[in-house]
Amino acid sequence: MKIHEYQAKRIFAKYGIPVPIGGTAFSVDEAEVVAKRILHETGGTLTVVKAQIHAGGRGKGGGVKLAKGGADEARRIASEILAMQLITHQTGPEGQKVRRLYVEQGLEIARELYLGAVVDRDTRRIAFMASTEGGVEIEKVAEETPEKIQTIFVDPIVGMTGYQARQLAYGLDLQKSGKQTVAQFVKVMSALYQLFVKEDCSLCEINPLIVTKTGDIVALDAKMTFDDNAAFRHPEWADERDTDEEDPVELEAQNAGLNYVALDGNVGCLVNGAGLAMATMDIIKAVGGDRGVAPANFLDVGGGANQEQVTKAFKMILRSPRVKAIFVNIFGGIMKCDVIAAGVVAAAKELGLKVPLVVRLEGTNVALGKEILAKSGLHIMTADTMKDGADKIVAAVAGGSVK
Amino acid sequence: MSILVGKETRVLVQGITGSAGSFHAKQMLEYGTKVVAGCTPNRGGEMFEGKVPVFDTVAQAVRETGADTSVIFVPPPGAADAILEGFDAGLKLVVCITEGIPVIDMIRVRRVIDAGVKSKLIGPNCPGIITPGACKIGIMPGHIHKSGHVGVVSRSGTLTYEAVGQLTALGVGQSTCVGIGGDPVAGLDFVDVLEMFQNDPETHGVIMIGEIGGGMEERGAKYIKEHMTKPVASFIAGTTAPPGKRMGHAGAIIAGGKGTAEEKMRALEAAGARVAPTPSDMASTLMSMMK
Repeated sequence: MKIHEYQAKRIFAKYGIPVPIGGTAFSVDEAEVVAKRILHETGGTLTVVKAQIHAGGRGKGGGVKLAKGGADEARRIASEILAMQLITHQTGPEGQKVRRLYVEQGLEIARELYLGAVVDRDTRRIAFMASTEGGVEIEKVAEETPEKIQTIFVDPIVGMTGYQARQLAYGLDLQKSGKQTVAQFVKVMSALYQLFVKEDCSLCEINPLIVTKTGDIVALDAKMTFDDNAAFRHPEWADERDTDEEDPVELEAQNAGLNYVALDGNVGCLVNGAGLAMATMDIIKAVGGDRGVAPANFLDVGGGANQEQVTKAFKMILRSPRVKAIFVNIFGGIMKCDVIAAGVVAAAKELGLKVPLVVRLEGTNVALGKEILAKSGLHIMTADTMKDGADKIVAAVAGGSVK
Repeated sequence: MSILVGKETRVLVQGITGSAGSFHAKQMLEYGTKVVAGCTPNRGGEMFEGKVPVFDTVAQAVRETGADTSVIFVPPPGAADAILEGFDAGLKLVVCITEGIPVIDMIRVRRVIDAGVKSKLIGPNCPGIITPGACKIGIMPGHIHKSGHVGVVSRSGTLTYEAVGQLTALGVGQSTCVGIGGDPVAGLDFVDVLEMFQNDPETHGVIMIGEIGGGMEERGAKYIKEHMTKPVASFIAGTTAPPGKRMGHAGAIIAGGKGTAEEKMRALEAAGARVAPTPSDMASTLMSMMK
């Protein structure tokens, strides 16, 4: 689960990671009030108005702007950003509507750094990465100048050590800003590790982490993703979640206990198991890719789907106007083929099947399942293997005979 | 004639009184697995199905019944703790079926493994392990398997069944099938299991099923290149998966352009493994190498 910058900064503050003074605004009026308060509290002249969407790259897309002319200008900028369709390299071409703003104090920046923490799968530890190239896309830095990213791995029993934090601090040349800057950085590292573990993060990024002209370390941005598996011990996440930022179809699937990812092809897929679901997409593309046939979705109905879920899955698949055929691929283990077959028949009857349907069943109670399909009176093509099913679905969509 | 589990394996079911635990304990008993004990805190003294004693702690169960392997159906909040309890009781093997364990919990478990604990861990978030005809530990459908000489190791559950189904349909049996699970931080990986298959005289060839995300397949490829004399056929799921989207498994995600199916397939081919052109060809690809 992702949260907004302003939410992440609230958590930073709780752990003692310095952040600029700021406040959220859901309207232009609120933005002006917040800007006034900040200017009054800081005695400064600068505020920054920032679009709150989950995607990165907001600055480049025009979603982050500096207001030099007091609260009036902050208000004017807020009116521009609020309700804009913000397009960044992470939102996709359609962009994301801006519904929330964060207004904060503008700071005099001396240096922009990058600091990030992730779970590293190879070492099976939390990795901290730091770079002198802050404020830009870190993916680009990793690709073009990987030597500019330094990494340390934290032993989960020992925790973040001072020497590791100092190692990164000196790697970033922070001693040049003064020894108090190094000390502040070490404190931030230690706090970020505590936070990562206690809040069950899967990613935590500060880009940029700045050194101000007075040598202070401040988190100018914050990106935080939580490990969904840990939701059971974080009831507070329910309040932090912003479903406006999530794909409505994927959200609906999630609520129905299904695992769904929309793709841009024309064959709807209904499969049990994540690996088999991916493999089903792959075989459709392998067989029909050169004839314009591709999967329209990833859909894993899980190991214990009931008839209701199968019907729901069908509805979701059929909602896409691109879907020209449906491929059901089930390897029944605990899930019995007859149960799936009954679900498929019920869903097809309820929804009125208007596109070709290929069903491949294998595993537990397969004979019973095939019998149910055969007796349904529906025009269902059955397949004996995945390849057979893929051949039939490609023929159904692209025309021509089965190879 | 197999790896890790066989006829003599004495199995303890952690979480035997829960719905998944009791259902699968029965299935395992029916298959002929020696399920000798169950464990659920505060339920010690009960009898499961009138024949399997339930204990409060794993240590008690081990002491009383000589259980040497456990399978975990404990829900996510207590699953990592259940794994550690299994380690502490000196089990040879712990198989964790539970899906949805927080990664922070698994990082701690992994640290204990890396410190040199003698127990091996399979999973979490996996179907388990089976030596056909001898011992089924997990949730896989037993009847699709057949005893024989092909080892199967996989990150995906139903895709393992697919490979096994293909082998059995060709009349080819399996020595042992190991589902290592779909989580980013877990127990045995491809290298560990490939090494066991390489050293098992009853395993003559291996099917290795990977998927997008991480670098485990590449490390497996390196092992194949340097140590493996037995034929390995492979399939990597997720050629068509878009980057940045998690495909069901927590571990199946192409992040920062890394962990693509193409990279993994290239590494495997370069190591001398043969990659099945489609998931329907996993068994036939291996057979073409074993002739």
